[in-house]
Amino acid sequence: MLVLDNIHSAYGKIEALKGISLEVNEGEIVTLIGANGAGKSTTLMTICGVNRVKQGTISFKGERIDSLPPHVIVRKGISQAPEGRRIFPRLTVIENLEMGAFVRTDAEAIGKDIEYVFGLFPILRERRQQLGGTLSGGEQQMLAIARALMARPKLLLLDEPSLGLAPIVVAKIFEAIKGLNRQGATIFLVEQNARMALKLAHRGYVLETGRITMNDTAAALLNSRRVQEAYLGA
Amino acid sequence: MQSLFNGLVQGAVYALIALGYTMVYGILRMINFAHGEVYMIGAYLSVVTLSLLTALGFAAVSVPLCLLVSLAVAMVFCAAHGFTVERAAYKPLRQSHLLVPLISAVGMSTFLQNYVMLAQGKAPRDFPHEFRELLVSRTFEPFGVRVNLLELVILGGTLLMLVLLHLFVTRTNMGKAMRATSQDMKMASLAGINVDRVISVTFVIGSALAAAAGVMVCMYEKNTCFDRGYLAGLKAFTAAVLGGIGNLPGAVVGGLLLGIVESLGIWLLSPDYKDVYAFIVLILVLLVRPTGLLGEQVADKS
Ligand SMILES: Nc1ncnc2c1ncn2[C@@H]1O[C@H](COP(=O)(O)OP(=O)(O)OP(=O)(O)O)[C@@H](O)[C@H]1O
Ligand SMILES: [Mg+2]
Repeated sequence: MLVLDNIHSAYGKIEALKGISLEVNEGEIVTLIGANGAGKSTTLMTICGVNRVKQGTISFKGERIDSLPPHVIVRKGISQAPEGRRIFPRLTVIENLEMGAFVRTDAEAIGKDIEYVFGLFPILRERRQQLGGTLSGGEQQMLAIARALMARPKLLLLDEPSLGLAPIVVAKIFEAIKGLNRQGATIFLVEQNARMALKLAHRGYVLETGRITMNDTAAALLNSRRVQEAYLGA
Repeated sequence: MQSLFNGLVQGAVYALIALGYTMVYGILRMINFAHGEVYMIGAYLSVVTLSLLTALGFAAVSVPLCLLVSLAVAMVFCAAHGFTVERAAYKPLRQSHLLVPLISAVGMSTFLQNYVMLAQGKAPRDFPHEFRELLVSRTFEPFGVRVNLLELVILGGTLLMLVLLHLFVTRTNMGKAMRATSQDMKMASLAGINVDRVISVTFVIGSALAAAAGVMVCMYEKNTCFDRGYLAGLKAFTAAVLGGIGNLPGAVVGGLLLGIVESLGIWLLSPDYKDVYAFIVLILVLLVRPTGLLGEQVADKS
C-alpha cells in the first residue's frame, strides 16, 4: 500500500534520512522503532509531504506521492496524528475534529464519524465544547488520533501516541489502535516504547541514525537479542 | 458626548483597517506594510468609479445605487490587489527569515504609493460632491449630539462587516481553517488544509475591509490622496497592537479605543497633537500589558 524506496531527506545540510526503504501493506500494523533522533518523526513528515524528499520515491496505492503538497496527500488517504499532538489550542474539541475532516464534504457522514470517534474515546464527548488547549495530555492524544481518523484515512500514521502518558492511558490508546486495525484500518506506528509497539504490531522496522538496520515480524524482533539489548532494556 | 461619538466613528474605521493587519499577522507573523496603501487605493477606486458612473449618466438614475456599486468595485479590486501583493511579494519569501518579507512589504508599500501617484497625480482628488451631499446633508440631533447620515452609515457598515467576519471565522469551514492555520500552520497542512489558499483568503478579506474603510473615510474627509494610506495604516496598525496583534476582537477594541482617545485628546487637550495621542496610549498600554489588551502570550512557534 505504502512503499518507501531509498528515501533521503535533510534539514539543510544535516541528512536525517539516509536512504530508507520500507513497506506497509493493507490491513497491517507496522511499527518503526528507534532511539531519540533516529529520524522516526522525519520519516512520517516526509511521507506526509511536509519534509521534501531529496532522493528516492514514495508511492501509495501504486501512485507516486513524493512531490505532492501535504494537503493533497491527505486527500489521497494518508493522515497523521503527529508527535506532540499538535491540537489546535484555541479551537474546541468539535472544531478540531471538523478540521480533521477538512478534505471531506459529506456533512452527514462527518457527523456520524464524530459520533464514531466519541464512541471510541467517550471522554471527548464530555469535552466537546472545551478548547483543545485546555485538555489533559491523554485527552489531547485521543483527540489527535480522533482528528486524524476524521479524514477517513486509508493509512493512519501515529507518532509516539504513548509519549508522556500514564500507563493506564497508554493501554487505553493502544487498545483503541488495536480495535481500529481489527476493523480494517492500516496503521504505521512510530514508537519509542518498543515493547508495547512490537506487541501490538504485525511487523517492525528498526531505525538507527537515518538508516533501517532491522526489519522483521514483530514477534521475531521482540525475541531478537539486539532489539532486546538496545530497545527493551533487557 | 459629541467628541466621544466622533471618536467612535473614527475608531470604527481604524478597527476595519486593523483587522487586516491582525489577520495577516496571526497567520504569517508578518506586518503587511502595504495594507495602508490598499486602503488608500480603495478610496481612489470609489472616486474613479463614481466619476465613471456619472459620465455614463447613471448618477441621474440612482445615487445610492451608484455609491453601492462604487463600494463593491473598490472592495473587489482591492481584494485583487491584496491577493496579488501576497502572491508576488510575500509568498516567494515564505521560507526565508521573517525580516525578509517585512522588507518586501515596505517595498510594496512604496511601490503602490508611487503607482497611484503616477496614475492619479500628486494632488488630492475630491470625492464627487453630489454623492457625498446625499449622506452628510441629513443630520439628526439625538441627545444633543450632532450626527449625520454618513456617520451612521460608517458605524452601521462597520458593524455589519464585523458581524459577517465573525460568522465567517466561527461558522464556515474556511473560517475555521483560517483560525487553525494561525494556531499551527504545519498541523493545518497535515489536516488537509491548503495553507496557501487560506493565506490568500486572508489577504482578500483584509483588503476588502480596508477598501470599505477607504471609501467611507474618503467621503468623510471629502478627498483622498496617494499618501493617505501611510498615517491611516500606521494608526490602524497601532490599534491592532493595542488590542493584541493576531487577535480579531482585539483589533476592534484597539481601533475604537484609539479613535475615542484621539478625539478626547483633541477636545480636552489640543488638536495640534492629534496624531501623537495614539502613540502615547500605545506606549502606556504596552508598558502594562506587553501583549496588548486582549493579546494572548504569543509564543514564538517558528
Ligand atoms: N526542524 C529540524 N531542523 C533541523 N534538524 C532537525 C529538525 N527536526 C529534526 N532534526 C534532526 O533530524 C534528526 C531526526 O529527528 P527526528 O525528529 O526525526 O527524530 P525522532 O526519531 O523522531 O526522535 P524522537 O524519538 O526524539 O522523537 C535529529 O538528529 C534531529 O536533530
Ligand atoms: Mg520523533
